[in-house]
Amino acid sequence: MNPEDRKYSREHEWALVEDAAAGTVLVGITHYAQDQLGDVVYVELPDSGAPVGHMAKMGEIESVKAVSDLYSPVSGEVTEINGRLAQEPELVNTDPFGDGWMLRVRMSDPAELEALLDAGSYNDYLGGL
Amino acid sequence: MAADTTVADNLRTALYDTHVALGARIVPFGGWDMPVQYQGVIAEVAAVRNAAGLFDVSHMGRLHIGGPNAAALLDILLTGSASGLRVGRARYCFICNDQGGVIDDTIFYRLSEDEFLLIPNAGNRPAVARWFDRQLALHFDGRGVHITDRTMLTGLIAVQGPRAVGMVDQLCEDFTSGARRASNPGRTPAPSQLRPFAWGRGHIDGRRVFIGRTGYTGEDGFELAVGSADVVPIWNKLTDAGVVPCGLGARDVLRLEAGLPLHGHELSDTITPIEAGFGRFVRRDGGYNGADVLDHQRVYGTERRLVGLTLPGRSAPRAGYDVLADGQVVGTVASGSYSPTLEQCIAMAFVDAAHADPDTVLTVDIRGRQSQATTTEPPFYQRPS
Repeated sequence: MNPEDRKYSREHEWALVEDAAAGTVLVGITHYAQDQLGDVVYVELPDSGAPVGHMAKMGEIESVKAVSDLYSPVSGEVTEINGRLAQEPELVNTDPFGDGWMLRVRMSDPAELEALLDAGSYNDYLGGL
Repeated sequence: MAADTTVADNLRTALYDTHVALGARIVPFGGWDMPVQYQGVIAEVAAVRNAAGLFDVSHMGRLHIGGPNAAALLDILLTGSASGLRVGRARYCFICNDQGGVIDDTIFYRLSEDEFLLIPNAGNRPAVARWFDRQLALHFDGRGVHITDRTMLTGLIAVQGPRAVGMVDQLCEDFTSGARRASNPGRTPAPSQLRPFAWGRGHIDGRRVFIGRTGYTGEDGFELAVGSADVVPIWNKLTDAGVVPCGLGARDVLRLEAGLPLHGHELSDTITPIEAGFGRFVRRDGGYNGADVLDHQRVYGTERRLVGLTLPGRSAPRAGYDVLADGQVVGTVASGSYSPTLEQCIAMAFVDAAHADPDTVLTVDIRGRQSQATTTEPPFYQRPS
């Protein structure tokens, strides 16, 4: 269920390396996270060009019932945000690993990826929650 | 985000296993493990607004109050008249303390001349039962009233939505109205003939059902009280007919859209019904606990008042957030949510009376962001008539 092609944080964000040479990753939240939140109605993201820090707050996500902080799994600079989420926040529920992506980030320290979980370890982590 | 938030010594309704089998997320609420959602809050709200939804509300209390002094005791305990309520009818009102604060809000049904069924909120049931016992000792020397808590012997489910009444009509047999006056001659009695806040009895799936035309969603519908052993079969009969299971998450959004209060938010033992704008459920002839305070407030007004707020956008004001006017805090959000029906954010908030008139422009501090909010008189949503 959790794709093998990316890394995971214990806060249930994912980072998918798009271009290793350029050091760019896509960032989003996991299926587990969207399932826990329920119907997502609003996603507050940083502006394009803003810095993000490894496991520092990068935004907020609201469902009908709750609001949660979003944490960036990597440090770097936001190069693009998923503009579709402004009108279609439900994409986070329906396709969290695809069209529901949140940020494109140019990493300042790609070694941070090593500190994240691979899909197998993340599955194990979910099993222990 | 914790995966398992159920609490070991919480109570469970007869439907608990049914909820789990339906894939519900279970959360603790008022001392019970209850379903907060099944498929999702937005779909469940839409089911109730457009068709019919089914709620397990067995966590709410069922107190039977009977005996020759029952009506007289309730007249002291409740802001609505018990002695003036006809058999076959029900009433919404408040249980106030001597300061006019709300111990609980409740619907009570007159079952017979000497017997009432009263529905307290789940978390308030022990406090209400204790308060009633004390008041009975104080006013009647403990005599002439017996109070029986039948919460654990029965289940309570709500069927709500524009199609709810027709669906219950189809399933219900041997219906009789609780009113002593006969129904229209020549018409087969049916639950749909009940007026709002009237009750009757019938059978669904061969099982006895108490049927009240009441609810907490702003839609037409019924609340059904049944024996514990009959809850699951009757629930299944209704879901087989197409009624959509709905959790507490949808219930909270629906009641907020309809401008209905939730104890602990719009009402509490330090908030009076007059402050909260529910004076229409408080009788004017006094004689109940807290009457002096409420009569005074009705004439002279209150420092704070409950208002509705509408906000653009989808970032919701939530309970406890500050309400400001010209940068000064003038109030606090009691409840707030994104409203899927209205596609905007709505809230109820207590604000200083000077800022409580309709169409006043205020701001809500949403985690540091100042969001414009306009006051309005609830309800936010009214069903098409």
